[in-house]
Amino acid sequence: MFGAGGGTSSYKEAEETDLLILWGSNARETHPIFFHHVLKGVHRGARLYVIDPRRTGSAQWADTWLGLDVGTDIALANTIAREIIHAGLANETFVDRATTGFAEYRESVEPWTLEHGERITGVPAETIRELAHTYARADRAILCWTLGITEHVTAADNVLALINLGLLTGHVGRYGSGLNPLRGQNNVQGGGDMGAIPDKLPGFQDVENDHAARARFEAAWGVKLPPRRGWHLSQMFEAMERGELRTLYVFGENPAQSEADSKKALEALEGLDFLIAQDILMTRTCAMADVVLPGTASWCEVEGGTVTNSERRVQRMRKALDPPGQARDDHWIIVELARRLGHDWGHPTLEQAWDELRSLSPMHRGMSYERLEELGGIQWPCPSEDHPGSLYLHGRLWSEPVEGRRAPFSVTPWVAPIDELNDEFPIRLTTGRRLDSYNTGVQTNLYSSPLRRGETLDLHPEDAANLGVEPGETVKVSSRRGSIQAPVRLDCNLRPGLAFMTFHFPDEIDVNVLTIDATDPKSGTAEYKATAVQVEKLNGDERQTAGVASGRAGK
Amino acid sequence: MTELPMAPVKPPARLISVTIDGQQVEVPEGSTILDACNQLGIDTPTLCYGDTLAPANACRICVVELEGARTLIPACARKVEPDMVIHTDSERVRHSRKMVIEFLASSVDLSITPVAQDYLRRYDGRPERYGPPAPADPERDHKRTGHHEPPDGQTAATVHSPAKLDNDLYVRDYSKCILCYKCVDACGEQYQNTFAITVAGRGFDARISTEYANPLPESACVYCGNCIAVCPTGALMFRSEHDLRDAAAWDESRQTQTDTICPYCGVGCNLTLHVQDNQIVKVTSPDDHDITRGNLCIKGRFGFQHVNPQPRAPL
Amino acid sequence: MDVRLLDAEPTTAERAAVDAFLGPPLSTWVGADRADDGHAAHGGHSARAERHQLLPTLHALHERVGWISPGALNYIARRLTIPPADVYGVTTFYALFSLEPRAPRVLHVCNDAVCRCCAGSDSLVATLAEQIGPQGQEVGGVTWLESPCLGQCDRAPAALVVESGESPREVELASVTADGLLAVMDGQTPAPPPTAIPPQAGQPGLALLKRIGVADPESLDDYRAHGGYEALRRAFELGPDGVIEEMVESKLVGRGGAAFPTGRKWDAVARQPRRPHYMICNADESEPGTFKDRAIMEGDPFSLIESMTIAAYASGCERGYIYIRGEYPLAQRRLERAVEQARARGLLGDDILSRGVRFDIELRKGAGAYICGEETALFASVEGYRGEPRNKPPFPVDRGLFGKPTVVNNVETLVNVLPIVLKGGAAFARIGTERSTGPKLFCVCGAMQRPGTYEVPFGTTLRELLELAGGVAAGSKLRAVLLGGAAGSFITPDELELALTFEDARAAGTTLGSGVVLAVDERVDLPELLAAIAAFFRDESCGQCVPCRVGTVRQEEALARLRSGRTRGSVQDELALIAEIGEAMRDASICGLGQTASSAIESAMARLNVFNRGVSA
Repeated sequence: MFGAGGGTSSYKEAEETDLLILWGSNARETHPIFFHHVLKGVHRGARLYVIDPRRTGSAQWADTWLGLDVGTDIALANTIAREIIHAGLANETFVDRATTGFAEYRESVEPWTLEHGERITGVPAETIRELAHTYARADRAILCWTLGITEHVTAADNVLALINLGLLTGHVGRYGSGLNPLRGQNNVQGGGDMGAIPDKLPGFQDVENDHAARARFEAAWGVKLPPRRGWHLSQMFEAMERGELRTLYVFGENPAQSEADSKKALEALEGLDFLIAQDILMTRTCAMADVVLPGTASWCEVEGGTVTNSERRVQRMRKALDPPGQARDDHWIIVELARRLGHDWGHPTLEQAWDELRSLSPMHRGMSYERLEELGGIQWPCPSEDHPGSLYLHGRLWSEPVEGRRAPFSVTPWVAPIDELNDEFPIRLTTGRRLDSYNTGVQTNLYSSPLRRGETLDLHPEDAANLGVEPGETVKVSSRRGSIQAPVRLDCNLRPGLAFMTFHFPDEIDVNVLTIDATDPKSGTAEYKATAVQVEKLNGDERQTAGVASGRAGK
Repeated sequence: MTELPMAPVKPPARLISVTIDGQQVEVPEGSTILDACNQLGIDTPTLCYGDTLAPANACRICVVELEGARTLIPACARKVEPDMVIHTDSERVRHSRKMVIEFLASSVDLSITPVAQDYLRRYDGRPERYGPPAPADPERDHKRTGHHEPPDGQTAATVHSPAKLDNDLYVRDYSKCILCYKCVDACGEQYQNTFAITVAGRGFDARISTEYANPLPESACVYCGNCIAVCPTGALMFRSEHDLRDAAAWDESRQTQTDTICPYCGVGCNLTLHVQDNQIVKVTSPDDHDITRGNLCIKGRFGFQHVNPQPRAPL
Repeated sequence: MDVRLLDAEPTTAERAAVDAFLGPPLSTWVGADRADDGHAAHGGHSARAERHQLLPTLHALHERVGWISPGALNYIARRLTIPPADVYGVTTFYALFSLEPRAPRVLHVCNDAVCRCCAGSDSLVATLAEQIGPQGQEVGGVTWLESPCLGQCDRAPAALVVESGESPREVELASVTADGLLAVMDGQTPAPPPTAIPPQAGQPGLALLKRIGVADPESLDDYRAHGGYEALRRAFELGPDGVIEEMVESKLVGRGGAAFPTGRKWDAVARQPRRPHYMICNADESEPGTFKDRAIMEGDPFSLIESMTIAAYASGCERGYIYIRGEYPLAQRRLERAVEQARARGLLGDDILSRGVRFDIELRKGAGAYICGEETALFASVEGYRGEPRNKPPFPVDRGLFGKPTVVNNVETLVNVLPIVLKGGAAFARIGTERSTGPKLFCVCGAMQRPGTYEVPFGTTLRELLELAGGVAAGSKLRAVLLGGAAGSFITPDELELALTFEDARAAGTTLGSGVVLAVDERVDLPELLAAIAAFFRDESCGQCVPCRVGTVRQEEALARLRSGRTRGSVQDELALIAEIGEAMRDASICGLGQTASSAIESAMARLNVFNRGVSA
């Protein structure tokens, strides 16, 4: 944020802060070891607030859980902001000195009274007020979020609405106070760091506006770089639909099963002229590909390579196993591909590639392999070899005078989820992960987890009773895009009208048939979290042979 | 210039001077006697002590003699105080250490606890003098608290009971349990906070248990394996290790240990992969890395099957 | 907390019992049927702060249904936000809680040291086994169980009837016979015996026992008519510092065994800046042969309340607990009543005697765990955990109950406060000897003419005490005295001139311990008595530390071999082994239980030549 995309705090700070807010994050199940740090903080006396439509495992640890309606995050954030401002609890010193755009922001949240907030979010006004006051009054406070914030059509504004709260209270840029997206995958952060973002070069250097940076890369690489941003994932799919994108090279992803509105996604992939898939396992996407390049598991079959975690720590990976058969390291494949396309890059080691990055990305400059080894990873920015790395970001906002650009408030208008509830589709389906599984299950479905119970439609007991369905009974779930069958599981931690599914077992039950591919124009993320569905009881003969027979634990 | 973004600096701890076995040593305030012994290079036996856990101070094999104290004191848990005079190898210390290791070796299966054999040799322990070990008791999980059948003394009571194989990920063989509390602490408030296991019962009948001794799949267990990681005696074990041992194929001399990063979520946990014959047979995490402090979740601990050759379909 | 519950539901009665104690659940998350709370919930620190309600809740449930079913345990876990395994671990620590279905009517028959070896309770137990069936087996809604000491050694053999149900009832029985027990098994409930009155009741010159058998223990007015609450008034005149000065001057030391100066303890807590401070009365008297605290609680409960109020006032505590053993139902009832009356009269509460002093008392019942008399184990138990002791330091005056500065005194220690405050510390210090001041209570039992609780000044000889109790029972000859209880040591008839003071006891290699004076005559099977003591420690060890957990087992096994004559090696080898075990338990155990678990047994070996004599014969 404010220029560099990464969480501002370290895990360790969660242990020493006074207030933790998890917003749209079930870290207990999705980031279990980060949650250990949260719990250390809680046991030391920190208060925990969890904001999530479901009363998740994380929420059950909270001093207060705010069970907002799906897709009302901005409404809640704006209400909190107005309450903080009206209660005179805004950090005026920080706002005056280190931010811009406050007046406009204040005006934009003015309609969000507690009562209005309650009407939109469902959360009692008194509870919203409690959180607003507790957050604003805390000496230290950390706000974390995950996909509950970003898998919405308003993803970018959702994030900005939370950042606004940090700016309003000054809870950023100090030890124990920060704003943190928890990354869903082991190198989402590293991908961003390395420029796998449409408008960035490695080190978050802007490809369109930072001419000097672009020139440095051009000089180093000996090529001219196009001075315009590329497509993000959703734009690629749109381009495929338009017939504009004809060849796709996918690696380490399974878009055939992971995209929202999977029917549409499959059509797009099938319509390609040429699909290359590079993976360690035979995914559904691989099965569709014209060419499959067998890769190695970078976390255990390749010597070298780095990943960056949610506290911006760059860490080394190492080889423990010999890869099977003809599998080749990703970087070997890329280099060979380049060679056969007429570009001989030689065969640089991963360390050499890394050192080139260090020469071009100032925030990585101090991170030699040797130091990464010695220090157990280093948190960026680390501009020089005598720099210890950065525990937290944006301390500059507290220096006198503020260094660099001041942090802007953003006006974040609330819009309701695209997929509206009505009499035909009265139940809000939201999706997420479970502890023992990971994404489309390509890796995790291969180990025998005693916790695994397959895909289920989780319903509040009252909804199940109204539908006349029993736990384990297979029902039909339909959205405006398609329908699937799934067995019912009862979950008291939902509320009537709210249902939950994962997307871990797409071979058996493809939940993304239901989800909507409406995407956030700013970030390109799809609205996985808010689908309007209807649930129907099945007659015996309508039932497909479901891959998952019951809601009970078992293999 | 902005200050370096570091944690607030705490004032350095005061140094405390103590005398151990005639040698004076200065250690920071808050250190334990064990820390001071380690600084002097005095090898202190420990069993229930674990680097990442608060001292349970249950096994009492680390006891030392403090001048002026009525009883011996645990080196692992007792903090240094100025001018303590401590003896770590007196007759009293040697005797209690001998008895502790004898008590354990006569009642618990320590066959895969290498230090136990060292300690028995070091302190001349003779566990056989309590008589032949009593056989395993299948009812050990259901003892009535505060009541026992009078013994005849012809066999030495043991904690032996049938091993629990109730899931595919790990095995609980409480015949090997010395009741060090480490698994309970790791599962409980100190790390995992799942509280799937507890110490149940009392006295010699105390045992590690789920509620009503239910099988693990019916308990709150989330299979993080953080209990296995801290178990000092092999009572808790990876199923993969258990099966290899059963087949007499477990061979640590042929294993490599490699540190890498977990492939799943974005926390960035450090994994140590234990590999034998190009197969991952066990996953641990370094105790001294401050992301995990030795802990993992089910995915990091057990989610490696997809790279083990057997189930991995060749592309 | 993300508590994963069992797949089990409570019965209506179970739910009602828990709700009656905790109040109805306020949200669906803790068990309410339907509430409009789908959009917010509160818990976290405030929910976890209710943990200390666990033991009282388990008691409430057990009294209603007689056991802890999975459904009920589950419901408690849910109501208190405690993981089921954790609740299970705590529940199984305490012998009075059953996790298996149990008859609604349970007869607990004491078969501990005194009842068994001096009053023939083993034959009662044998009769029950023969005529009814094995213990624990339900027969027509009744079952019987062997019990550890019930604290009625002066009226042995003893039993306790516990009835669960809508009107739960507990009846203590004394001097029971086989016919009496069979009648209980048959469904009859005998009338409880009259309250035990100390043999000295009504005699002049008593300080601690003066009201017992004289004033009505259920009447605050009668207590006041007999001088009650004069000491509290005097304490308010003295002020907290003044009270502590008197306490220090009195040289009163704790009567619980450790003999720590009480005034210094109060002073240490009073000076602690960390708040709140807690006051605990340790009424978990459970050592075989001990019953003196019971005499006070049943006979003069207000004196304890008044003493605690003074202690709390002096040391700055606003909240107090009496931790009373679960097997003392009459004492519980009397204390509960006394607390209620004191509260009703403004002698407890927010404004005591209109002086703006705030103090209140809660009664906490133990549940069958001797170890909870160890002060740090007691804290754990009140806090809702297994009663496992911890290392000291830190000491309770620094980190006690809920981690806060805490005064812990036992019952007898506390009631000494009244004469100290009323007559002055100096006057108190003139009673007894230079280093053991004041009066002392002894539990005289065994082969005596008039067993019971006796009050004598420190310095009285053992012989004088035995004579006060009428001497050894007719027709028998004293073989030994077990002084100080199961954790004490044996004295030979040659040593009766021993002055009963802390310093003389120490010099003679013994201890006054819990004040037990158990007279053992020639008819007592000494090896059996030792076996009973060994079995007691094996059953009561918490199991936390190896020396005690395994040492108590190995000690009992060695004794069994000696008794049966089937020794490993020679008798001398076995005796040496017992000494080795004893040394390790004494040196390396965490707490006093393990440290003293071999004391009586080793003293019997050393002074009474128990097994050597048997061998040479």
